[in-house]
Formats: sequence, structure tokens, C-alpha cells
Amino acid sequence: MIRKIFPHPYLSLTLGILWMLLVNKLAVGSFVMATILAIAIPHISAAYWPERPRLVRPMALLGYIGLVLHDVVVSSITVAKIILFMPPAQIKSAFITVPIDLPSPEAITLLAGTITMTPGTLTVDIAEGGRSLLIHSLHAPDPVSIRDDIKSRYEARLKRIFA
Amino acid sequence: MIGATLELIIAALLVLGGIFGLIGSYGLLRLKDAMQRLHAPTKASTVGLGAVLIASAIAGDSWREVLVTLFIFLTAPLTALYLAKTLIHSHINPADVPPAANGAKWAAQPPVAQKD
Repeated sequence: MIRKIFPHPYLSLTLGILWMLLVNKLAVGSFVMATILAIAIPHISAAYWPERPRLVRPMALLGYIGLVLHDVVVSSITVAKIILFMPPAQIKSAFITVPIDLPSPEAITLLAGTITMTPGTLTVDIAEGGRSLLIHSLHAPDPVSIRDDIKSRYEARLKRIFA
Repeated sequence: MIGATLELIIAALLVLGGIFGLIGSYGLLRLKDAMQRLHAPTKASTVGLGAVLIASAIAGDSWREVLVTLFIFLTAPLTALYLAKTLIHSHINPADVPPAANGAKWAAQPPVAQKD
């Protein structure tokens, strides 16, 4: 029954919260509208979303978001220092291949976005078959440690969140 | 009416945002090649933008800034990805790019010309 009304519960939740934020005030009327949208839009667009992402630990996603926000701030300062103080000749940029073994497309998308948002690294491309990401690092004196960092810090956590 | 302390915090956040924005733009001038320059505006400015958004949320006492943050986090990686894909497709020597695992090919790399 619940499944019938909300074929994509996370999408519904996101849409509802999105609407409340757009309206920007708590009122019964806007809550009703949010509910209508949260039910209607997933049904109308159901044909384009045949599968749904399977989250094993949805709550762990909040911890992941906190970690990424923290890393964005810390590494922004690192990049700012490189831009301001490091002589351009000393900046060692490098392309790095990161082999990934995440099962779901959503998890890979999230990992690629995380790599881009954490300053200093940038997702450049994905390999055919989706088994490795090409990233570019602004300053990589030790490319292997950057690759291992991404695998242990982000990929391991995403593996626990997505089935 | 907002208190003096709050105004001070807002002012500090706005200045911080300005500084990081400036550093991001300066990076565009200072870094050498296109791949490096891609880092400057997408990165150093992320924190600058965040600071301005927090200031705006406090000043306007509103939650809409959460939405702006969300959309920035959705769109910024995509713009960077498309710029980077264009670069390795047409401007970067394929020999400079490391191979993918298991001998797979990168999606945006041009096919190797056949000799016959």
C-alpha cells in the first residue's frame, strides 16, 4: 500500500523538503502542496526511474555529508595556500586512475561528485564499464597516497551506505 | 533588528567570502595550464560561496540558502566534469593520461586512429 503511493520514498521526501524550502515558511497550506507534489511527481516520472537506489544505511548518509562538508573547508584552505604561495613551477599536477568497485550508479555518481567538490582533486572521466575514475590532482607529490585516501575515506563509506 | 554581535559575524563572513572568491579568480591568472586552472574557480570559491550563503541565511533569517547550497553541490561537479571531458577529448595528449584499470578505455578519449 505504502509502496503504491510512494514508489520512490527518497525522491518523495526530497521533493517535499525542497518545496517547503522554496516556500520558506511553515504553513499548513504549503505542507499540503508539498505532499501533493511528493506523491504526484514520482508517479508522473515513474517511467524514467524503473529502479530505485537501495540504501542499506540511510542515516550513515548524514555522517557522510558532514565529512564531505568538513573536507571541503579544510582542503579549500590548502588549495588557497597553493594558489597564493607556491611558485607555479613547483606545482606538480597529475592524472590519477582510481579503480572503483562500487555496485550502484548512484554511489559512483556520489563518489565522482565528492572528488570534485573536495578541492585539490577533480573527476575528469569514467572508464567504459564504470570500473575506474580518472581524476586530476592540482598538487600531487605522491599520487598513490591520494588514490588510497579516496578509496579508504570516501569509497569505503559509500560501500557501507549503498547495497 | 539584529544585534551588534550578529552584524559583526555577518560582516566577517562576507569579508571571508570575498577573500576566497578573490583567491579563486587569482588562481585563474596564476596557474599554468587549463587543467590546473579548472581547480581554482571550482574549489577555493566553494568556501567563499558557503560563507556568503551562511551570512545571507543569518541576515535574512531564512532557510532558502540550504537550497542554493544543494543546487551548487549538484551543478558545480557537472560543469567541472564537462569542461574536463572536453579538455581530455581534444586538448590533452592521450599519452599523458594513465590507463584505466583492466584495460578499459576512458569514455571521453577519442578513438585511436586505425592504420591500414
